[in-house]
Amino acid sequence: MKRSRIIGMSALALMLAAGVAHAEGKLSIYHWFEYMPQELLDKFAKEYDVEVTMDTFDSNEALLASLKAGKMGSYDVAIPGDYMVEIMTGEGMLDTFEPSELSNFGNIAPQWVDVPFDRGRKHSIPYQWGSTSFAVNRDVYKGDINTLAIIFEPPEALRGKINVLDSQGEVLALASMYLGIPQCTSDRNQLRALNDLLQNAKPHWASFGSDIAKDVLVSGDAAAGMIWNGFAAKAREEGANIEYAFPKEGFVVWMDNVVLLKDAPNRDNALKFMNFLLEPENVAAVTNYAQYTAGVTGVEPYLEAAVTDAPELNPPADQKGEFIQACPQEVQTVYDKIWTDLKK
Amino acid sequence: MVAGIENNNSSNTSTYAGLGSLLILPTWLVIGFFLVLPVLMMLVYSFLTKEFRGGVIWEFSLAAYDQFFFDRGLFGDEPPKIEWTYIIIFWRSIWLAAVATFLCLLVGFPTAWFIATRSGPNKSLWLFLITIPYWVNLLIRTISMKFLIRDTGPLNEWLLAAGVIPEPIHMINTNFAVQLGLFYSYLPFMVLPIYAAVERYNFAYSEAAADLYAGRWATLRKIILPIVKPGIIAGCILVFVPSLGAFLAPDLLGGAKNFMIGSLIEEQFKGNAGNWPFGAAAAMILLSMVLIVLTFYARQQMKQGKR
Repeated sequence: MKRSRIIGMSALALMLAAGVAHAEGKLSIYHWFEYMPQELLDKFAKEYDVEVTMDTFDSNEALLASLKAGKMGSYDVAIPGDYMVEIMTGEGMLDTFEPSELSNFGNIAPQWVDVPFDRGRKHSIPYQWGSTSFAVNRDVYKGDINTLAIIFEPPEALRGKINVLDSQGEVLALASMYLGIPQCTSDRNQLRALNDLLQNAKPHWASFGSDIAKDVLVSGDAAAGMIWNGFAAKAREEGANIEYAFPKEGFVVWMDNVVLLKDAPNRDNALKFMNFLLEPENVAAVTNYAQYTAGVTGVEPYLEAAVTDAPELNPPADQKGEFIQACPQEVQTVYDKIWTDLKK
Repeated sequence: MVAGIENNNSSNTSTYAGLGSLLILPTWLVIGFFLVLPVLMMLVYSFLTKEFRGGVIWEFSLAAYDQFFFDRGLFGDEPPKIEWTYIIIFWRSIWLAAVATFLCLLVGFPTAWFIATRSGPNKSLWLFLITIPYWVNLLIRTISMKFLIRDTGPLNEWLLAAGVIPEPIHMINTNFAVQLGLFYSYLPFMVLPIYAAVERYNFAYSEAAADLYAGRWATLRKIILPIVKPGIIAGCILVFVPSLGAFLAPDLLGGAKNFMIGSLIEEQFKGNAGNWPFGAAAAMILLSMVLIVLTFYARQQMKQGKR
């Protein structure tokens, strides 16, 4: 009697579990922190009857480390930055899709289709893009700020009041631009000059921090700080009298992308989600939330004025940014050494 | 249950005789799964070859330990010299942890003494007060500390308004701030074990010492300290070990300008370096150092026991 009841219950539980799996699909997202409005996820879940779960990471490297440590096969899509798409492709972590599998593929802005990190968009679609440079408190310093010297050879007024992103890639790329040397250079004299520049700049820096980049500018702990453009716009809206710089030596341009992961348990839903994010109205909701820029045409009618008018999102036409490159192993080893020596 | 109470010791022994090894099995499983296995994995990983951008290749290599101890220049082809980088990072962490432990002891001992010598209900109240701040998450407490001591924070504003200082004291992003953070984070770990030791102290000993013309200082040094020493040592270990691996306080209050042991290891797994064997090796070296200190302490204790 007792045994038959247990069997009956188990069968019921199994049927229920199977029933759930059939009735609605699932989608598992691995994403940056504070980068996706919950309403948008709810909208997708409702429209396609899909149960959505999302985990977050705080750096491209953390994403890679976590997937390498055995999380492959548990997520359907992830949102890595440009150079990390290239690295993940090289590691064989990404699945491919045909443009015909996404009905909204044609919505991708022309300049973002054939990108250097994913030629012809076989693994990824654009999510948001923006720039990385720095912002300066105009109460403290009134001179010209459109030069990377503000960070690497700062004027007297800013010394000891600078926050730098705790991110090797962005710091070394900006330092290379300031010196006018190519990224990932293997020239020994150039690498030595890069090392010297950073060693001499460090005494003028107050702190290293990425997640604090906005707060230190708002609170006044830092009078200048490396920061992403959307984050700078938020800092300005929170009352800091800061100006975001587009330095003449160059600045970093980045793009976050939705990638289709290999061994995705719900490949169909992943593609539905990617297609959903190519819909101008939906991706505009992300832009309004995160204050970066979408890589899709036709978003303008859905954008809030605060976003379209923000000076941080409108670089001067004659200034060009550069993507961060993924360095080959022998250069990366030297970069690691420079970075460790800088922070020892 | 009732039978168990009525039984005398010998029959209890016979009930469980032969089950001893079985009964201890869960303990062994827990120790094996949560302690031995992870440490063994770390040990193995530290001797493997690093894979570019994280991960390991299953080939034996001493490269991780070589990187820790030998400096071969920026490009890795100069004759090896002693590598000071990691020694400096370890030394900085050890020094910070040692100072934090000392400060905790300096404040914690009198505090524990004060609490232990109160009468019944007051004692509980004081203990309760000590633990209240620790119901709040460590991250939030560390950030609050940052708000308090920043240049335009309440502490500086108040001192300025009171006319004590002519201009704000710069505290944030200094070693002082890190010390303050560590001290604040781990103080109760010092107070509680010392309190437990002092509470058991028989004050008749103090009276006896006074009868024998020992001054206050002599009584403290020759009678009290030796008796409460186990509590002090337990407190010091409880403060020193977590301070050694701390990176919240150095990151948030010290500005993350310099690596601590904790952040150095984190960088190997989550940062650009992606050097898992080196991270494992650094962790193993740290573990060995802590074990040496604890072994030293254990041997001291055993020697005293014999005497």
